[in-house]
Amino acid sequence: MSRTWAWIAGGLVAAPVAAFAAWALATNAKLFLITALNGFTLGALYFLVASGFTLVFGLMRNVNLAHGSLYLLGGYLGFEIGDRTGSWLLALVAGFVAAALFGLLLQTAVFRFMPGQDLRQTLVTIALAIMLADVMLWQWGGQIYQFDPPRVIFGGTPLPLIDRYPTYRLVVLALAIALGVLLWAFLNRTRVGMMIRAGVDDRAMLAAAGVNVHFVFAVTFAIGAGLAGLGGVVGGTALSIAPGEDTRYLLASLMVVIVGGMGSVVGAGLGAALIGMAEQFGLAYAPTYGIVFMFVVLVLVLAFRPQGLLGRRA
Amino acid sequence: MSAADWRKAMNSGATSQAWPRPGRADVRAGTPAPRPRVDEGRASAPPWLVSIGRRVRPAHVIVLAALIAYPWVASPFFTFQIGAQSLALGLIALSLTFLAGYGGMVSLAQMTVAGIAGYAVAIFGASGTNEVSLGWPWWLAVVLALPFAMLAAIVIGWLSVRTEGIYTIMITLAIGVAFYYLVLQNYAVFNGFQGFQRVLAPRVFGVAWGDAVPFYYLALFWALAGYAAVIWVVRTPFGIALQGIRDNPRRMATLGFHVTAHRVAAYALAGAIAAVGGVLMVWYNGLISPGSVGTTALINVLIVSVLGGLRHPIGPFVGALAFVLLQNFAIDLFDRERFNLVIGTVFLLIVLFSPDGLLGWWARLAAHWPAGGARVRSRSGP
Repeated sequence: MSRTWAWIAGGLVAAPVAAFAAWALATNAKLFLITALNGFTLGALYFLVASGFTLVFGLMRNVNLAHGSLYLLGGYLGFEIGDRTGSWLLALVAGFVAAALFGLLLQTAVFRFMPGQDLRQTLVTIALAIMLADVMLWQWGGQIYQFDPPRVIFGGTPLPLIDRYPTYRLVVLALAIALGVLLWAFLNRTRVGMMIRAGVDDRAMLAAAGVNVHFVFAVTFAIGAGLAGLGGVVGGTALSIAPGEDTRYLLASLMVVIVGGMGSVVGAGLGAALIGMAEQFGLAYAPTYGIVFMFVVLVLVLAFRPQGLLGRRA
Repeated sequence: MSAADWRKAMNSGATSQAWPRPGRADVRAGTPAPRPRVDEGRASAPPWLVSIGRRVRPAHVIVLAALIAYPWVASPFFTFQIGAQSLALGLIALSLTFLAGYGGMVSLAQMTVAGIAGYAVAIFGASGTNEVSLGWPWWLAVVLALPFAMLAAIVIGWLSVRTEGIYTIMITLAIGVAFYYLVLQNYAVFNGFQGFQRVLAPRVFGVAWGDAVPFYYLALFWALAGYAAVIWVVRTPFGIALQGIRDNPRRMATLGFHVTAHRVAAYALAGAIAAVGGVLMVWYNGLISPGSVGTTALINVLIVSVLGGLRHPIGPFVGALAFVLLQNFAIDLFDRERFNLVIGTVFLLIVLFSPDGLLGWWARLAAHWPAGGARVRSRSGP
């Protein structure tokens, strides 16, 4: 597609969006701003979960459809720890560590034995997701769990134009940005990060260069899974932890990486913001068709850039 | 497709690198060699009948006779809950087997297509929720449901064939789950969480098609029709081109085949099969609700297909039978609540140890008997 066509296509998409924004700002600026902030903060949560998904996919070409289960597992175990110790921060750590350890187990016990067989890996992760969902339902039952975060982050914060906005949502946004920066620094400034990036580009060459690829894979999987578990505690605090949330965040992760481009952390950030916005604006302005807006974003991206906004052709 | 081929298919990278193959005619890898047309002249019957007659083996006749006689020996429970449900579920899974086994496209949205047909029947036809249902005659509802579902299948196909391999699974899963949330949240058209109750099979020619035995035969008829359609289509030039595209899209494109068009056409055909299965499914259950198209339902179709084996169109029916039996009798072995754990474990074991599913086990078993083994081995592909 030539540059001109890209501009025309961009204009065709941007014009209605700009028109809608102008209309919404003119009629009800407060609703518009709150929705935009909601979209951003939801996108931040999606980014926390999807960045691990895209990292694992980028390096291992492994679509881990049990990613939503890791989210839920991190949430439940984080809740248990938080409940026992009364510390939300410990719950956060526990969510990350539990999911990371489980991810490590998955990588070393299952995926190591089927490298490159991605359809098989996908089927295995589906089977694991079904089993995990059932085991968690068995253990924690169908009720809804809610975290008890520190008072400091649970009140409201006065913002210009909006009277009060939940502080926690802003904390999620800050956390996602901090994590994004950390992840970027880890990938671009550390030795292991360099190995991971090299692995994304050419796995075989990385192995030939004398790097222990299994180690790199295990680290990546642990980080990716841990991010999902962390997302479980963060998301569980914002909303709640209940059966079925695994599917919801799996869908969000899928949408985010399809839109943003597989394997790209920056793409995951962009995709998460878009998907979060689409969902929140859909909910605010067309309640029963909210999901359709996410779908429209997905279709537009697939129609014009099948590899995702920042993805490279596989 | 032989076991080795399927293993190769399982290994195919998302990077869509062409699989290393020698430079012979890949296209024929999964299809029978062209048969010499010697007996066409002396046969008085039309050629299509001869062609059918040539393929029918005693085993086919025995299985067909057993399927027809089944309701007379089985209790209504076994006829309806086991027999008819397996056939309807198998028909939906057949659409996935066709796409995955012959087209190399694993779509998780087949239950969505079936669900769209089911929802269309409930929305256009009569149901317990008359405020939302339009209450048109059943035949009009069905006639409208099929093109609706096929159109949806074409859209899904067009979107997902823009990507390959593993991406197809992700995109079709995303589409399927998005449809689930749409029907869950939307009350104006899809009646939200409740869905539609009392969507019953019609009464035609004095036969209540919702009753156990008539419904069994209805399901059997359409299952056979779908099975025959797949068997026939994969031998047509279109089907052979499709298998060529599965094996090496780049080479087929170089040969002048329109890869995207073939793939979308495969989605359309699979959509038609799934739509018929969807109509049967909604009549079988008597209701349709978001749960009918939820993630579990989407993935169950994949489980049924993989459980049976993707290398032959009989696979999904074998898989469906195993799945339905497990669903109904796992309660005796375990807690009913833990069905998902049981089916997940079975699925995991199948994926880990038998990439060909139950058909693969059957082939391995048959290989131990000299006669049976010889027949299985000489059998040319799917």
